[in-house]
Amino acid sequence: MKKNILAGVLASLAMAATLPAHAADKVIRIGAIYPLTGSSASTGQELKEAIDLAVDLINNPHADAGLAGIPMAQGKGLPNLGGAKLQVVYEDSQGKPEVGLADAQRLIDQEHVVALTGAYQSGVTKTASRIAEQRGIPYLNAESSSPDLTERGYKWFFRTTPNDETFIENMMQFLDTVKSVPTTKIAVVYENTDFGVNTYKAVEKFAKKYHRQIVANIAYSANSPSVTAEVQKLSSAKPDVAIFASYVSDAMLFVRTMREAKYAPPVLLANDAGFIDTRFIQEMGPQVQGVLTRDVWATDVTGAKPALKAINDLFKAKYGKELNGNNARSLEGILVLADAINRAGSTDPQAIRKALIATNLNANQVVMPWAGVKFDANGQNSEGSGLILQMDGPGYKTVWPTSYRTDAALPKLPFAWK
Amino acid sequence: MLEALLAGLFNGLIYAAVAVGLALIWGITDVINFAHGEFLMLAMYAAYWLYTLGHVDPTMSAPLVAVLLAFVGFLTYALIIKRLQDGPPMTVILATFGLSLVLRQVAFIAFTPDYRTLPDTWLSGSVSMAGISMGRPSVVTGLIALVMVIALFVLVYRTRWGHALQAVAEDRQVAALVGIPPDRINAQVWMLGSAAVGLAGALLTTFFYVFPSVGTVFALLAFVAVCMGGFGSLAGAVIAGLLIGVIEAMTGYFVAPALKTVSIYVLFILVLWYRPRGLFGRW
Repeated sequence: MKKNILAGVLASLAMAATLPAHAADKVIRIGAIYPLTGSSASTGQELKEAIDLAVDLINNPHADAGLAGIPMAQGKGLPNLGGAKLQVVYEDSQGKPEVGLADAQRLIDQEHVVALTGAYQSGVTKTASRIAEQRGIPYLNAESSSPDLTERGYKWFFRTTPNDETFIENMMQFLDTVKSVPTTKIAVVYENTDFGVNTYKAVEKFAKKYHRQIVANIAYSANSPSVTAEVQKLSSAKPDVAIFASYVSDAMLFVRTMREAKYAPPVLLANDAGFIDTRFIQEMGPQVQGVLTRDVWATDVTGAKPALKAINDLFKAKYGKELNGNNARSLEGILVLADAINRAGSTDPQAIRKALIATNLNANQVVMPWAGVKFDANGQNSEGSGLILQMDGPGYKTVWPTSYRTDAALPKLPFAWK
Repeated sequence: MLEALLAGLFNGLIYAAVAVGLALIWGITDVINFAHGEFLMLAMYAAYWLYTLGHVDPTMSAPLVAVLLAFVGFLTYALIIKRLQDGPPMTVILATFGLSLVLRQVAFIAFTPDYRTLPDTWLSGSVSMAGISMGRPSVVTGLIALVMVIALFVLVYRTRWGHALQAVAEDRQVAALVGIPPDRINAQVWMLGSAAVGLAGALLTTFFYVFPSVGTVFALLAFVAVCMGGFGSLAGAVIAGLLIGVIEAMTGYFVAPALKTVSIYVLFILVLWYRPRGLFGRW
């Protein structure tokens, strides 16, 4: 009996696999590598949600006037490919570079995806994109910020998010506008991975340019059981500004440890990541009023462009929470990739690559507070920029650039624990 | 210097509290419980949910969680270990390893991968010692861990029941001959060891985040502590736990935080190099 059932299942699977695809059912498959389990799984799941929403907007008809100007978000599939539907095949990287590498191989060799996206952590993106480069498959990265990624001379790698050099320069420009507290002495606290180390390198580079000095360089290993020594080192260096590059677990532990040690850096400036995780904001939010972070998204920027509000409302309706800087970028990334595939009019990797190179979206064609999307010779989007936000009340509010700022009383400094 | 030492000692007490249950089970029943970290995770979730849903503070719910974990330990022994303990030793090890994966995945599905913390418990706040501010949760947890470790010592080395445990650890057959039922003792040890990690886990939630893989953060250190302390030695595990805490804090403070973990393993290798049976190992 059991055997019969098994045989039946196998037979139906085989049939499903051999059924000719109808033209209308044509599916374009993209591979996505994200940390769906492991220590960054909560972020990974949020990214997946945003991508699922993007796919939904591309494939299924919807009536949202706010998105009228956004290419591909019209619910008609990919018109130049006969209305083909976009399908995203996910692989779990567990946040590990070696797993990400194997994921990329599997997606290309077995799932026959036409392009890859992912993988959030810079270290994972680095290995996964190496496979794509070897096989000649376009790789669009939407959320890894390590500058190195676009300095490798790769031909198949494209990145829509600004990288840490832009972000750190933005931080320095912001600090130049702060007059109420001194900002010359900087400490950098970072996890010793690609993301953290590159944050440090960028701070080193731009601190000099903006006439600031680094007084403490504190690298730590992620997910350690205690960060007391790190906090002691930080507090004894007495910096004016402490820049953090931490994922969510360590961000939580640092906040707790600093608070209990009664140490508050006068300016606590995070490089995104853990500090903007929904769970972090929910649970630690009341205690970290006044913490600053660089980001690429804030709920209050939705007032700046109708498309931003529309996309945030759609996300909120579907998942009951706001978009954040992590997953808004993933969503934009899928739209850019889908647009390129559509303009290529084929699934040929070379054609998609050419279309990606030709990408030229303006401020009103993207769902990010950016000037647009346009790739430079290294595959880096040159039109993106960062924001500086401050935790005020239930969430973050934009404080820089001032054109996006809605509350003139911000930023409130110096930082202190509540 | 003093602040690093203090922080290291309190961290060490917490590592010792996590390690002592593992040392107990390993020392007496000869089974390495690879699911030890996941037991810790279960305890942390139990305390987390008791607080979030039932408004029971972790300091109050800790004994309850310990009882709950004793039950988990009993089930693990009765349903898995007992059936396999007469087979090849590898079977039991793999079984506990399998159990750890299952528990982690179940937690992942049941509780989502989100990081959760209890920002405001009775213990929240700081204490000042010699002008140094330390987190009250970790200080109190460290002290309770110390009391727990002492109680376990008394239980194992000073009571009749403790002598029975040691007899079983020494030789199961001979113990059975003189009327000590090894299976019952094994079950009791599993309950006691799991209860210890349950208590530690519940208290950890007052200052540490909870997520499905949280066990791995502490379990590896617990394994190191038990190996370094010496197979079968509770005192060894506790002292090794303290040593790990202090070395880690000192390296972090004087050398570089990124080398904290490295320093632990360098110490581990040195200890095993000079004393392959560990600090207090019996054989």
